[in-house]
Amino acid sequence: MTLFAAIDVGSYEVEMKIFEMLPHKGVRRIDYVSHRIELGADTYTEGKISIEKIDELCRVLKDFQRIMAGYQVESWRACATSAVREAQNKLQLVEHVKRTTGIEIENLDNSEQRFLDYKSVALGVRDFFKIIQESTAIVDVGSGSIQISLFDKDKLVTTQNIRIGNLRIREKVADLAGKTLHMEAMVEELISNEIISFKKMYLKDRQIRHLVVGGDYVSDLLEKESVSSEEFKALFMKVIECSPEEIAREYGIPSESASLILPSLTLYKRLIEELGAETIWVTDMALSDGMAYDFAQKKKYIRVEHDFNDDIIAAARVIAKRYQCSKVHIKNLENIALSIFDKMKKVSGMNQRHRLLLQIAVILHGCGKYINLSNAADCSYNIIMSTEIIGLSLKERRIIANAVKYNTQEFHYEDAASRLGMSPDDYLLILKLTAILRVSNALDRSHKQKFENIKVQQKEHELIISTDTREDITLEKGLFPPKAEFFEDVFHVRPVIHQKKHF
Amino acid sequence: MDAIFEKPEYYRNREDSWISFDERVLSEARDKNLPLFERLKFLSITASNLDEFFMIRVASLKDMVHAGYTKKDIAGLSAQEQLDLILPRLHDLVNLQYSTYNRSLLPALKPWLEVVTKHEQMSREQAEYADSYFEENIYPVLTPMAMDSSRPFPLIRNKTLNIGALISKKGKKSDAEFATVQVPSVLPRLIELPASEKGKKCVILLEEVIERNIGKLFLNYDVVCAHPYRIMRNADLTIDEDEAADLLKEIQKQLKKRQWGEVIRLEVEEGINKQLLKILKKEFAIKGDDVFLINGPLDLTFLMKMYGLPGFENLKVQGYTPCPVPALMDETDIFAAIRKSDILLHHPYMTFDPVVDFVKTASKDPNVLAIKQTLYRVSGNSPIIAALAQAAENGKQVSVLVELKARFDEENNIVWAKMLEKAGCHVIYGLVGLKTHSKITLVVRREEDGIRRYVHLGTGNYNDSTAKLYTDCGLLTCSEAIGEDATAVFNMLSGYSEPKKWNKLSLAPLWLRDRFLRLIERETEHARKGGEGHIIAKMNSLCDKEIIAKLYEASQAGVKIELIVRGICCLKTGIPGISESISVRSIVGNFLEHARIFYFHNGGKPEYYMGSADWMPRNLDKRVEILFPVEKEELQKELWHILKIQLDDNVKAHVLQPDGSYEKIDKRGKTLLCAQDYFCEEARERTQKPLESGNHRVFIPEYHVEDEN
Repeated sequence: MTLFAAIDVGSYEVEMKIFEMLPHKGVRRIDYVSHRIELGADTYTEGKISIEKIDELCRVLKDFQRIMAGYQVESWRACATSAVREAQNKLQLVEHVKRTTGIEIENLDNSEQRFLDYKSVALGVRDFFKIIQESTAIVDVGSGSIQISLFDKDKLVTTQNIRIGNLRIREKVADLAGKTLHMEAMVEELISNEIISFKKMYLKDRQIRHLVVGGDYVSDLLEKESVSSEEFKALFMKVIECSPEEIAREYGIPSESASLILPSLTLYKRLIEELGAETIWVTDMALSDGMAYDFAQKKKYIRVEHDFNDDIIAAARVIAKRYQCSKVHIKNLENIALSIFDKMKKVSGMNQRHRLLLQIAVILHGCGKYINLSNAADCSYNIIMSTEIIGLSLKERRIIANAVKYNTQEFHYEDAASRLGMSPDDYLLILKLTAILRVSNALDRSHKQKFENIKVQQKEHELIISTDTREDITLEKGLFPPKAEFFEDVFHVRPVIHQKKHF
Repeated sequence: MDAIFEKPEYYRNREDSWISFDERVLSEARDKNLPLFERLKFLSITASNLDEFFMIRVASLKDMVHAGYTKKDIAGLSAQEQLDLILPRLHDLVNLQYSTYNRSLLPALKPWLEVVTKHEQMSREQAEYADSYFEENIYPVLTPMAMDSSRPFPLIRNKTLNIGALISKKGKKSDAEFATVQVPSVLPRLIELPASEKGKKCVILLEEVIERNIGKLFLNYDVVCAHPYRIMRNADLTIDEDEAADLLKEIQKQLKKRQWGEVIRLEVEEGINKQLLKILKKEFAIKGDDVFLINGPLDLTFLMKMYGLPGFENLKVQGYTPCPVPALMDETDIFAAIRKSDILLHHPYMTFDPVVDFVKTASKDPNVLAIKQTLYRVSGNSPIIAALAQAAENGKQVSVLVELKARFDEENNIVWAKMLEKAGCHVIYGLVGLKTHSKITLVVRREEDGIRRYVHLGTGNYNDSTAKLYTDCGLLTCSEAIGEDATAVFNMLSGYSEPKKWNKLSLAPLWLRDRFLRLIERETEHARKGGEGHIIAKMNSLCDKEIIAKLYEASQAGVKIELIVRGICCLKTGIPGISESISVRSIVGNFLEHARIFYFHNGGKPEYYMGSADWMPRNLDKRVEILFPVEKEELQKELWHILKIQLDDNVKAHVLQPDGSYEKIDKRGKTLLCAQDYFCEEARERTQKPLESGNHRVFIPEYHVEDEN
C-alpha cells in the first residue's frame, strides 16, 4: 500500500487530498482538507501575491506536512495553478515555500493542469471510456476560465479554453446586481457569444450526446451520477429562484461557494442547449484527483487501457488539420523520425516523453505554411507558441516550436543558447530533436513518400537508413549531406542513405 | 410555519421549568421508599443545583434588568417579570428543602446518627471535645474582621459561609460594632463528636463550634449575637452562553452600569438579630425577596459529606458495578470486535472500560497511525489522557480538541491541555465562539487491505468517573461513511473548510437544527397523508422555540409524540388544539439521565439517532454537536427497548401535567417498573447468559396497558 498526498494550490483555496493506493483496490481518497485563501484575488488585482498570503500559505502547507506525517505518506505532489502561474513573484513564492516548508510547488501551465483534470475525469468517472464512444464533451468550469474538450469514438477531438469562469462572471454581474431581477438572463447574455463562437469554430455540425461536467459543487446539487437534459433544466429552474443563502441551506453547500453556483449552472445550461447534449454526467473530480491517478498510473496501482499520450497526439493532429498540413507527408515523416529516434535511443539518452515531443514536432512542423510559404519557420514557431496543446507544458511547447523552427532555419547556436528561459538541457534537447527532424524531413523533401519502407540500423558511428524504393532519390541524396553533418555534430553518429537495388 | 404555534402562552419560562426540575430532585429526598442516606444525597444535590442556578441564571436575569434589555423570553416575559415569577417559587423551594431536612430527615436519622443541631445541646463531654478541637484546629485558621469608622466593611467572598456578630467593648455601653469571620473551607464542615450512646456516631457542624467559641476571637469585647450568613455574587465575568449575542453587546455598551460582584442572594439564619440583618442588608445592598431566611444550617451541600461518612451502608443503595459489554466479552481485540459489527454501549449499566480501552489499545497498537478525540470534561486522573499522552510518545499522531470553555472547568482543562502538548500531542482549542460539545474519537489504522477508521461516538463526556453515574449511550463502529465524516469533523475543528457533503453525521451549529426540523416535518407529512407519525425523543432539556413549534404542528397533524425530558421543558402539554397528544415525562433517579436518543417512525422505516445535543438553542446554534444515526437493525432494536422501558417506568417517572406540575404515575394495579433498576438487572443477566443470536432479550418486562384517557 502506498499513501499519496496531492496538494492543489488553487485560486481561492489550497487543498490536500490523501489517497490510499493498493494494487487490487486502486485509488481511494481517505482525507481531504481545504483552506480558503484567495491567492487569486492578489494576483488578479495586484499582479502579485502578498507576503502575508505567502506566509499564510506556508503555515497551511506546514500543517499539511503534519497531516501527511500522521498518515506516514511516502509520496506527494504539490501543484499550483493560475493564481501562482500569473503572479509576477511566482518564482520567489516557490523558492520561499520550498525553503520554509520543504514543499516544492510545481507551477502547472493551463494545458498541464487541464490534462490532469481530464485524467481525473477519465479515471474517476465510472464507464468514462464507454461514454466517450459516443460524442462527448467534458466541461470544466473554473474560477477564471472554462475548458471544453470534445471526444468522439474514444479520441480527443479538441480541447479549448474560454476565458470566462464562474468567479469572473459573478464579479462582472455583481456590479449590476440590484438593477435587474433577472440575473440569470444577464449571465446568459454575457456568455452566449463566447459559446456560439466556440460552436462555430470547433463543433461545426457535430452532435454531442453526453456532457460531463465537473467542479464547483454541481455534483452536490444533483446527487446523482447522471441526469437527462430535461432533469438538468428542471433543477436549473428551481435553483435560479433561490438566493445563495437558500441554495447553501437547501443543498448543504458552503455559503461562500453557493454564490458561484448560479453562474456555473447558467454556463452549463447554455452549453447543454448549444451542444444539444442528452445526458449530463456529473463528477466532483478535481485536479488533486488527477495528480493521484497520474501517480497511480505511473506506479501501476491502476491499469489503464487508454493511452493518454494518444490524446495529446490527437490534439496535435487537430491543429495540423486546421492548418491544412499534408497528412501523408506527416505520416511518412513520423515513421522515419520515430524509427531513427528508437535506434538512437541509447546514444541520444532521450526518453519516451522526448519521443512524444518529437512526434508532435513532426505533426506540426509544416503548420506555418498556412500563413506564409516563404516565412514558414517563424510562422510555425508562432502558431505553436500561441496554441495550447493539452498535456504539454509551456516549456515543452517551446522546445517543439524551436525544433520546428530550426528544422528549416539555420541553427544560430548563440541565439538559441542565450534565449531567455532556456536551460542547457532544453537547449540540448532542441538540438537533438532538430537533428532528427532535419534528417527525416530531408528524406521526404519531395513529399512523395519515397522512403516509405525504411530500415534503420545504427552501427558504430553510422546510422544506416535503407530503403527499398524504386524511385529516383537523387534529390534527397543531394540535399542530405548538410543535414547529416548537423546530425553528426549532435550525436557523433553519421546518417547514411542506403538504397537497396532491385534487380 | 403557522404562527398559531408560536404564541408565547404556549411556552413555559425555562427558569420556572428548571425550578420544577429541582423540585423533582427534592421529591426524591422526600421519598420514604428510598434509603435514608440516598435522601440526604438528593437534598444536597438540590442545594448545589440551586447555587449554580443563582450564579448563572439569576445573575443573568439581573444583568438583563441592569442593562435595560427588553427582549422577551420564549414565554413572552421580560427579565424583571421572570425574576418576579421565580423568586417566590425559589423561596418555596428553599422552605421545602428545610422542612424536608428538619421534619423528615433529622427525625429519621435519629436512630442511626446523632446530629447536634445547636451547640447549646452538646453534653459536657462533647462540649469539652468541641472546645479543644476549636483551639487546636479551628482557631489557627480563623481571620476575624471587624468594621468601625476606620475599617470599612470587609470583602466577603462569594459562596463562603460566614458568621456575622455584633460586638461591644467590654464594660462600655457603646453601640455594638459589626464583626465577621469566615467559616474556613479548608476544614471539614462536619465534626465528629464523642457519641452519647455507645456505638453511635455523633456530628456537629463546624459553624456551631465556632459560634460557641466566638468570644475567644474578640477578647476585649462582649459578643452581643452571632449568626451565620452566606452570599452569592454576580461575579461571573462571562455572559452565560444561553443568552443571545445581542445581550452581550447590550451589556458591553452599558458596561458601567453592570455591577460587578453585586450580591444577588443573602442567606441568613432565621431568627437573626434584627440589627445584624440590617447591617448585612445595607452593606450588601440587598433587599426583599433576595434575602432568604433559612430555618436550619446554611448551605446544605454538607449533606454529601454526611452521605460519605463511613458505615451506614445499610442506609444507602448498594453500589452498582457496571457490567461487561456482551459483544466484547469473548473478544480480546477490540478492533476485531468492531469489525465484526457495530457495538452499542449503554452506560453505566455497561462499563465505560471499552471506551478507555479503545484509546489505550490504539496507543500501543503498532498499526495505529493516528488518534483524534474531543475532550469536554474529563476526570481528574483520566486514564484517557494518560493513554493519549502515551500514544504521542509512541509516535502516533494524536490530535486532541480540548474545550477550554467548559463551565467551571476552565483551569482544570488548561492544566492537562498543557500536559498533552508536552507529550507531543497536537492540541487544538476548537472554534472561536463555539463550544465543542460533541463527543467523538477517531482511530486511524493501517491494515492489510488499506486504511481503516474506527470511531466512537457518544452522548456523554469522556469521563470515566461520571460514566458510572450518568446514563449515556455510545457507538463503536468502523463504518467507512462515518469514518470519513469523522475525519472531516476533525479537519473542520482544526480550522479547515467544511466538507462538501456529510455522509451520516449532522453537525451543529450549521446543519443540525435543520436536520431535526426536517425529521419532525417528515413525520408531520406522513401523518397528513394518513399514515402513522411517531416521535420518541429523550434528552436533558427542551427549550428551543422553533423545535417546540414544529412539535406542536406535528402533534396537530396526528403525530404521536412521546418525550422523555429530564430537566427543563418549555413545551406545555395538554393545550387544546395545540398539544393534547404530546406526553412529557422526566426520570429522576439514582443515576443522572443524560443520553440523547431520537426515534422517528418514518412511515415504517424507523430511524434512530443519538447525539450530544439537547433541543436547546445553545446546543443547536452555539456549539459543535454531532448527531449520528444508529443503522444496524439489532442496535435499533436495542434502542427501541431502551426507550420503551423508559416510557414504561412508573417508579421514577414524573409526567408533565397541563398545569405545569409534574406528577408521578398512579401505581395502583400496576407492576412496578423502575427503568434504571431494570437496566441494571438486565445488564447483569446478560453477562451471565451468553446471547443467543437473534434473541437479545434475556427476560421480558411485563407491560401494562395504560388507560386510554
